[in-house]
Amino acid sequence: MAEFIIRRALQALLVLLVMTLLVFFGVNVIGNPVYIFASSECDQACLTAIIEDLGLDRPIWQQYLTFLGNLLQGDLGKSFTHGIPALALIFERLPATLELAFAALVLALGAGLPLGIYAGLRPEGWGAKLIMAFSMVAFSLPVFWIGLIMILVFSVQLGWMPSVGRGETVDLGGLELSFLTLDGLHHLVMPALTLSLIMMAMVIRLARAGMREVLFSDYIKFARASGIRESRILGVHLLKNILIPIVTVLGMEFGGVIAFAVVVESIFSWPGVGKMLIDAIAVLDRPLIVAYLIFVVFMFVILNLLVDILYSVLDPRIRFGGQER
Amino acid sequence: MRPWMPGALCAALLAAAPLSAQDVLTIGVRSEASSLDPHWTQLSADLQVQEHIFEKLVALDSASQPVPGLAVSWEPLDETTWEFKLREGVRWHDGESFTADDVIFTFDRLKGGISGAPASPAFQLDKGSKSWEKIDDYTIHITTDGPYPTVAEDLAMLPIVAEHAARGVTESVDFNSGQAAIGTGPFLFEEYSPGSRVTVKKNPGWWGGEVAWDQVVFRPVTQDASRLAALLNGDVDIIDYPPTVDLPQLREDPDFTVSTIPSDRLIYLMPGYKHVEPFITDNDGEVMVPNPLRDWRVRKALSLAVNREAIRDRIMGGASLPAKNIVPPGFFGYVEELEADPYDPEAAQALLEEAGYGEGFRITLHGPNDRYINDARILEAVAQMWSRVGITTEVDAMPRNIFFSRLIRGDELSMPGFDVPEFSMSMTGWGTVAGEATYTVSGTLETYNAATGGGNGNFGRYSNPEIDARSVLAKRTIDPDTRRGILQEAIRIGMADYAYIPLHFQVNNWAMRAGLEHQPRTNERTLATEISRVD
Repeated sequence: MAEFIIRRALQALLVLLVMTLLVFFGVNVIGNPVYIFASSECDQACLTAIIEDLGLDRPIWQQYLTFLGNLLQGDLGKSFTHGIPALALIFERLPATLELAFAALVLALGAGLPLGIYAGLRPEGWGAKLIMAFSMVAFSLPVFWIGLIMILVFSVQLGWMPSVGRGETVDLGGLELSFLTLDGLHHLVMPALTLSLIMMAMVIRLARAGMREVLFSDYIKFARASGIRESRILGVHLLKNILIPIVTVLGMEFGGVIAFAVVVESIFSWPGVGKMLIDAIAVLDRPLIVAYLIFVVFMFVILNLLVDILYSVLDPRIRFGGQER
Repeated sequence: MRPWMPGALCAALLAAAPLSAQDVLTIGVRSEASSLDPHWTQLSADLQVQEHIFEKLVALDSASQPVPGLAVSWEPLDETTWEFKLREGVRWHDGESFTADDVIFTFDRLKGGISGAPASPAFQLDKGSKSWEKIDDYTIHITTDGPYPTVAEDLAMLPIVAEHAARGVTESVDFNSGQAAIGTGPFLFEEYSPGSRVTVKKNPGWWGGEVAWDQVVFRPVTQDASRLAALLNGDVDIIDYPPTVDLPQLREDPDFTVSTIPSDRLIYLMPGYKHVEPFITDNDGEVMVPNPLRDWRVRKALSLAVNREAIRDRIMGGASLPAKNIVPPGFFGYVEELEADPYDPEAAQALLEEAGYGEGFRITLHGPNDRYINDARILEAVAQMWSRVGITTEVDAMPRNIFFSRLIRGDELSMPGFDVPEFSMSMTGWGTVAGEATYTVSGTLETYNAATGGGNGNFGRYSNPEIDARSVLAKRTIDPDTRRGILQEAIRIGMADYAYIPLHFQVNNWAMRAGLEHQPRTNERTLATEISRVD
């Protein structure tokens, strides 16, 4: 296990280095932030001053080396727009996004798993057909459309839900969390549901497919024959085996949800990192964009590792295979 | 449709303010304020929030004309010296008295440079090489290096900060935390929560009189549809930039009102004047020499071929003011008799024929797709209209963060000061922020000159000595009436020559719940002091 983790960590470092190159140069050839910030009355002297202030007067490779040097010290640079270390900005916004993503994950698993298992157990029933139809719809409708329709129906027409923003928060050990207050939950429901739909549809489909496969396998038949309770077969033998693909897919999907909850966050004006990224791109806040993308790469690498570890817990074959070599 | 709207509204208000007796105004804004340091950026999203807390020596009324702010009066003592009398009895939010020392400190702070600031307004001080001097606690003198008429307009862009609160503060976060956000304005800083809200509360001792709102909350809602939804369900009381497609419905709905005023932002088409323009080709795709846009008849034909009323009615939801002027009505320098060109495709074709381009040519029209109201759709419409008179037009719309670099600088490798704008025909906007035409004429009509700052918005590189002479003269003429005359002459010459092709002034709209009254501003800002309850 230790060797496995070390190998993974080294790979991750290489990936990170390549990403800094790609991201830094990629972001630096698009447009020029100076013209976004400068007012129309700003003349050449004033433009030059801005260029110097933003540190853009030096050649790009020099800028990159400085960036890399700072990165090694854990400094990802200061945001142009806010004048605050980019990492601090990201961590300031991250709890909101994490909260949203976790709420979506809980919804996706909490509703998706039972529905999928049910659909797998009774595939011919009306219920199963309905569930599968729902998952098809949830898959294929664009997220922004669902979000807007939800706002239209539940906040504008019915007036049940607040349309935008995050509710009241409570401070929990430095983390501002909103799901602990009634107002916060109220604000959380619609964006979390919107964000969870695709994941939920995926869980339903994977759970159903897994059920269909595992249900007819020999060990289930033997388990049945040896008289093990149906609930134990379902809850232990079946569940454990259908969970492997679900964990793999959700692990990656969850990373995507955190990294790019952009659409849902901007529709619901959720003050998370996704919205921050969009705002940063609009004004070409290069340090913030770069810092965020590096952060995302880092997060994916970690998630990948976690998925692999979780895997081996769920499936002993992977663990033993690794040890035999 | 919305039977229990009022109920939802009350619920939202109650939720926002536990003390139900409080008057709370919630404003849904399109862009978020990125800092509360009034010297940090020139982004209007920032300035509009800061204006509630900080004030300037010279304020701008809703038509962007200078009126007394922290200065009660100003006048030129001679050609190069201006005397500003400061308002007495004004107190900072923490109780200290406002004096000339604060003004001097503010100007020195700007002069010294705000480290890391992406765009401080310090350049307003450099214009005319201003220097400043305290005469007594309530008098300062501003000296310029030559006759310089627009001192007051420049100072209207410079928020005054408190010496005792801001001395030594270099980090903009100290303003965001409220520590240095001590102003003289109608509202006190309360909370800055990035991405979520900025809250200010009533300043009971404001010199300008009783403030109508106990608390004002700015909530950023970037998506147009979501912002409108937030208004419809009562989460916010008023929104800026309501989607233009929804304007007719909002106007008819008794639960809502819309406030409207022409903005200072002119949307215009800028021809490229180089001898050879890469994006102008004949019908076989060969680059044309000479560039046909250098012929004023071609430019006039392009103007006549545009149906500005159709753009207003079918694209802008009625919210645009077709124009030939370069500053909006009511601004210093507005020329009464200049009226938007009529739509006349036959005359346009005749002019093209006369200029020798009867068989037409091809052109690429560049523009942003996320900067101005409905910009991409306007580009498409103009392209169709031009194609109809024989000038086959292709549209290349791009995000503003790419568009402006290419428009201004062209090639990324060009040296600063030797920029070569890239586009042969582009759609851009110019906001006459200062409420008067001197810098609009100088910026858009004068010949480009990196050293003097002339023509810094002249990306087509139009050049006309008759305009240059007048523009330079206007910048040195103190007497307002003489200056206005010179500016109007320059505008008449430029527009007769079709230096560029004005389309329209944007019209600013706000949508709010019934029971609110709003005095709209030409400069697009939403100020709580201009919103009042009538229910």
